[in-house]
Amino acid sequence: MAQAIRLFGPLAARLLPIVWLLLVVALTFLGLLAITFVIGRVVPIDPVLAVVGDRASRETYEAARLAMGLDDPLLVQFVRYVIEVAQGNLGRSVSTGRPVIEDLARVFPATLEMATIGIIIGVVIGVPMGVMAAARQGTWIDQIIRVLALAGYAIPAFWLGLVGLVIFYAKFRLVGGPGRIDIFMDGMVPVRTGLLLIDSLIAGDMRAFRSAWSHVVLPATILGFFSLAYIARMTRSFMLEQLSQEYIITARVKGAPERVIIWRHAFRPIRVQLITVIGLSYAGLLEGSVMIETVFSWPGIGNYLTTALLNADMNAVLGATLVIGAVFITINKGSDLLYRLMDPRARA
Amino acid sequence: MTMHILSRDWLLSEDPETRMQARLGQFYRLARALMRNPLAMVGLAIIVMLLLVAALAPWLAPYSPLEGNLQNRLQPPSAAHWMGTDELGRDIMSRVIFGARITLFIVLLVAVIAAPLGLMIGAVSGYFGGWVDRVLMSVTDIFLSMPRLILALAFVAALGPGIENAVIAIAITTWPVYARIARAETLTFRTAEFIAAAQMQGASHARIIARHVVPLCLSSTIVRVTLDMAGIILTAAGLGFLGLGAQPPLPEWGAMISRGRAFILDQWWVATMPGFAIVIVSLGFCLFGDGLRDVLDPKGRSKS
Repeated sequence: MAQAIRLFGPLAARLLPIVWLLLVVALTFLGLLAITFVIGRVVPIDPVLAVVGDRASRETYEAARLAMGLDDPLLVQFVRYVIEVAQGNLGRSVSTGRPVIEDLARVFPATLEMATIGIIIGVVIGVPMGVMAAARQGTWIDQIIRVLALAGYAIPAFWLGLVGLVIFYAKFRLVGGPGRIDIFMDGMVPVRTGLLLIDSLIAGDMRAFRSAWSHVVLPATILGFFSLAYIARMTRSFMLEQLSQEYIITARVKGAPERVIIWRHAFRPIRVQLITVIGLSYAGLLEGSVMIETVFSWPGIGNYLTTALLNADMNAVLGATLVIGAVFITINKGSDLLYRLMDPRARA
Repeated sequence: MTMHILSRDWLLSEDPETRMQARLGQFYRLARALMRNPLAMVGLAIIVMLLLVAALAPWLAPYSPLEGNLQNRLQPPSAAHWMGTDELGRDIMSRVIFGARITLFIVLLVAVIAAPLGLMIGAVSGYFGGWVDRVLMSVTDIFLSMPRLILALAFVAALGPGIENAVIAIAITTWPVYARIARAETLTFRTAEFIAAAQMQGASHARIIARHVVPLCLSSTIVRVTLDMAGIILTAAGLGFLGLGAQPPLPEWGAMISRGRAFILDQWWVATMPGFAIVIVSLGFCLFGDGLRDVLDPKGRSKS
């Protein structure tokens, strides 16, 4: 570090790790592309046959193969693939007949809506729970977090979704069933943002809003449960670390009220660490929504991916994998970057 | 001599006479520490139960897991069928019992493929350092920063559905964690004197890695594998649920839940019963892994 300051000056030395991080991000994206490229090539389905059909003559087949560039060296094909993806060309979906990128843009808001409500639930309940558990170590709230953490590890999300449907939809009629909105209101709300809750508010349609809310609340709560377990556990361990520091003893000796000690002295320094944890679990929710969406017939990217998987619609599979992977990496590394920018300890 | 082996003093001796005595003594201390943790014992009991059920499935199951009686379809849980019957009249409990074999097969195979692979890559990376380390760790980090489930899905899509391909796909997404752990462990002793001594005696790199580096990384890797088992079970069940893992009529728990989805509102037991099996087995591995970590790797306690 000292050498870096001598060579580039103090400002550049501070920027250097960030430049390095951006380089790593670029490399990771390239790695993701390499993986989807390899997966796209080892698929046993012959891409040429898919275009020309299996009754084409040998010449037609060869011509198509040449035209598609499949006899070029792998590296050339990979570079071409990267350029195509960079231009937003993910190929055409076999089952919907539309460009994959259009399909993804259409389904992504549904996933975003559900995952965002999930993470809000996770943060709003999980963070205070973790703080309380650390402040009162060994009490019932501490035990609850241990149980929740175990449950978060051991319960399959798709199974919890089904059990939730049985209890809250079939037995008690507390929530709406599968789908995003009641069937007779489907497609009635004009699409602005693609987020149904916001769209129905814009349109001033309170009935649609209530219906959409009753449909989103169960899957989002189940998603939120898994992030809640993780966030509460991490908050607890961060808080315990702070509460064992000497400055807390100083504050206690000084006679500061417990509330001030916990929220001002102990909680403030962990906020930056928490952002990383929240970012990670948000990214995890986008991934976890694949299972939940299948259970709840939620028309999001996860459902799109699994439908494409069953139809062997490879362009759609790889496109969805790329988009989810890219969002995941961006949130992942973005929270890392934020951590480095905001926490003076990480800069040293 | 045989009398001595069973005595506590012999096992806990401060200066063991043979290597075997030292090893047995170490094992005894570990086992005693584990026994003091009731939750870990519960976990161990669940794992032992899974092993027994899988081994004795044909004798434990009251009915055939594959053949049913259509007149008996979708019966609720009763004295004759403790977990009810499914849409083909098959006894769900018998299917859950046989499903233990599939689950065990998957987790063992994933562990056998992914752990040694990650261990080798991590040990080589940490031992050699320099550009070998940089290249291997870049690849590891790329895999680590990707969504595991999605990656596994994409790999299964490419390889085709089936248990073996699900195992390969899960293994491909699991090894980077072990590589990271093994590398971190290796870095702590790569400049130690016993490594230098082995080098000066003319031992080859391969020998040093295999005989000196890998054994020292084993305990933290084993802890991590045990803790990951629950995740592997859930991923495998998830693949089965999506129809990408074990294929019908195999009684895989995830696939059974998926079949039961069609009747979830009226015949809830078809989908929920296999789920309880998944939860119990995952819980067992979680609890035992936690206990094992406290005993073998006390440093890792605060981290996760």
